[in-house]
Amino acid sequence: MSTQELRKERIDRGIKVRSDGLYALMSLRELSYLTLPRFILIAGMISLPFLMPGMYWQRVISIVCIYAVLALSFDFLSHYVGLVSLGGAFFIGTGGYVAGILNTYYGVPPVLTVPLAAAIGGIFCTLMLLPCLPLKGVYFAIVTLMYPLFMARIIEAFDIFGGTDGIVGIDSFSSAFVEQYFVVCMVLIFLFGLRRFVTTDRGLIFTAIMDNDQAVKASGINITKYKALAVFIASSMGCMAGACLTHIYMWSGISQFALDFSILPIAATVIGGAGTLVGPILGCLILVPVSELLRDFGTLRIVFYASILVGFILFRSDGIMVFIQRKYEQFERWTKI
Amino acid sequence: MNPEINEDMTKPILQMNKMSKSFGGVQALKDVSFDVFPGDVLGIIGPNGSGKTTIVNCITGFVKPTSGRVYFKGKDITGKQPHKVADLGVTRTFQIMRPYYSLPAYKNLVIPLFSPRAKRTGGWRGGGRLGNRQTIAIDILEEIGFERDSYIPFKKTSTLPTGYLKRLELARCLALKPEIIICDEVFSGLSMSEIASMVPLIQRLQDEGITIVMIEHRLRELFQVANRVMVLNFGQKLIEGTPTEVMADEKVKEAYFGSEEVEEVMTYA
Ligand SMILES: Nc1ncnc2c1ncn2[C@@H]1O[C@H](COP(=O)(O)OP(=O)(O)OP(=O)(O)O)[C@@H](O)[C@H]1O
Ligand SMILES: [Mg+2]
Repeated sequence: MSTQELRKERIDRGIKVRSDGLYALMSLRELSYLTLPRFILIAGMISLPFLMPGMYWQRVISIVCIYAVLALSFDFLSHYVGLVSLGGAFFIGTGGYVAGILNTYYGVPPVLTVPLAAAIGGIFCTLMLLPCLPLKGVYFAIVTLMYPLFMARIIEAFDIFGGTDGIVGIDSFSSAFVEQYFVVCMVLIFLFGLRRFVTTDRGLIFTAIMDNDQAVKASGINITKYKALAVFIASSMGCMAGACLTHIYMWSGISQFALDFSILPIAATVIGGAGTLVGPILGCLILVPVSELLRDFGTLRIVFYASILVGFILFRSDGIMVFIQRKYEQFERWTKI
Repeated sequence: MNPEINEDMTKPILQMNKMSKSFGGVQALKDVSFDVFPGDVLGIIGPNGSGKTTIVNCITGFVKPTSGRVYFKGKDITGKQPHKVADLGVTRTFQIMRPYYSLPAYKNLVIPLFSPRAKRTGGWRGGGRLGNRQTIAIDILEEIGFERDSYIPFKKTSTLPTGYLKRLELARCLALKPEIIICDEVFSGLSMSEIASMVPLIQRLQDEGITIVMIEHRLRELFQVANRVMVLNFGQKLIEGTPTEVMADEKVKEAYFGSEEVEEVMTYA
């Protein structure tokens, strides 16, 4: 057959399934089309600890999950609320210290410190960021970047909470198994929870604030209240991750306010696909292990990182996830004319 | 009719008292006072830059006046935050339309329907209870001229033409079950036929007991609906009166209109 009798046809499975609505559920093929990606993600995340060759790499998976939660919170704040936050380090540090203090000073077990750190840390971070909520774009970003430095210097200068040595002797999770599954489940719950939340009517208000805050005000809605709610959600996620980190290393110290926690989630979001929520997790799954492999190169890692990031921004600025999604939903085939 | 609105037709529902506003060196408003009575359609006209939008911003809290006060039903609302003013039922449209471009058209209305005021009042035509937001949103869109059973309400807002966006501005006000709607140039940028279909809509809202303030450059259409007109020039009030009185005034003729246009408009007033 010559090419003249053939025509390239592009089919969008995503649109087809969505427009079929309920009927999609009647065909096994369409049903599996819809559920397969979720299944792969969940099964993949859950089996990850098993697939790792040893203790060291299992620990890396825990760290991946910590960063994944941070990246999720960054993606939510920046692409669903319109607040560009560099506060990862602030959230991790706050959560880490709250968990450490509760555990060592008050003897609260890790089962309770983690949720408590999420709540107390979330409230603390929200209160600290409250005055900055009217700020937009880069100004909000700068303030969120200043706070971790501020906190670290205060702890250092006043020599509180163990000063530069940090808080030591914190309980770990009861076993490596508990540790890994706790963080893996945390990522999955936050991911699906947020994906659901942003499509509800309340979640829509955040998108509206990002689109046009003046119109939201004119609709009789207090935007400061909603921005504070969004910051609370994002910061308590970060604080929860910080609390886990503290229990994993059995230590909390001022290096938890390190800027890595602010920068890496953003890089992961860019690579994975901003605004997709899944993408940032994918990005962390790539970036964190790569950075472990490159540990031998010391600070040269940064060069490598920066190159990946610049490469992605220049050549694939919508990220891996958007690319995969397009490939999955649309396929091309030749048809006879 | 809404009993709340008609409790006293003789007391002004909205009062502006010696309002001034300056932006740095620019005096946008200077001692402007006026009253709006329940059921009125007050037209505000004036050349470009005469301070019309600034009046709207001062009333609705988007801009803090330098001096002067605004009263709604006798209560001082000067300097209140925009969402609090909207919560009282004093709603506005934006001259430069402000839809949520990334949402479908009907979801634009889910936002105001989520406000405390909509929850309290039930939204447009809601009897104190709020039903399904999406259904109400589609109902409002139909009422203001989005064709029902068409796909337009479901289209992404960024793909809609200006006419629909202007209606969406009005729809946002309606979703709040407003007492006052302040329209900032809802006719501008529309075709003659689109305007012709908007005029009855405004009249219908007036019949339902909503007080309307209309800022407009299209005098002919404005004079069909307005029962009183105020003329602004360089931030100052020139005159206020019925359309006929305003047209007959010498100062207005000098300051604002070319004389032929006055003749033309007079035949409609
Ligand atoms: N935020 C602002 N900052 C500085 N100057 C402003 C601001 N808003 C309005 N002005 C100035 O105030 C004056 C009145 O502006 P306003 O927008 O109220 O006019 P308008 O009557 O609505 O004009 P138009 O018919 O063009 O809409 C103008 O000179 C304008 O430049
Ligand atoms: Mg204007």
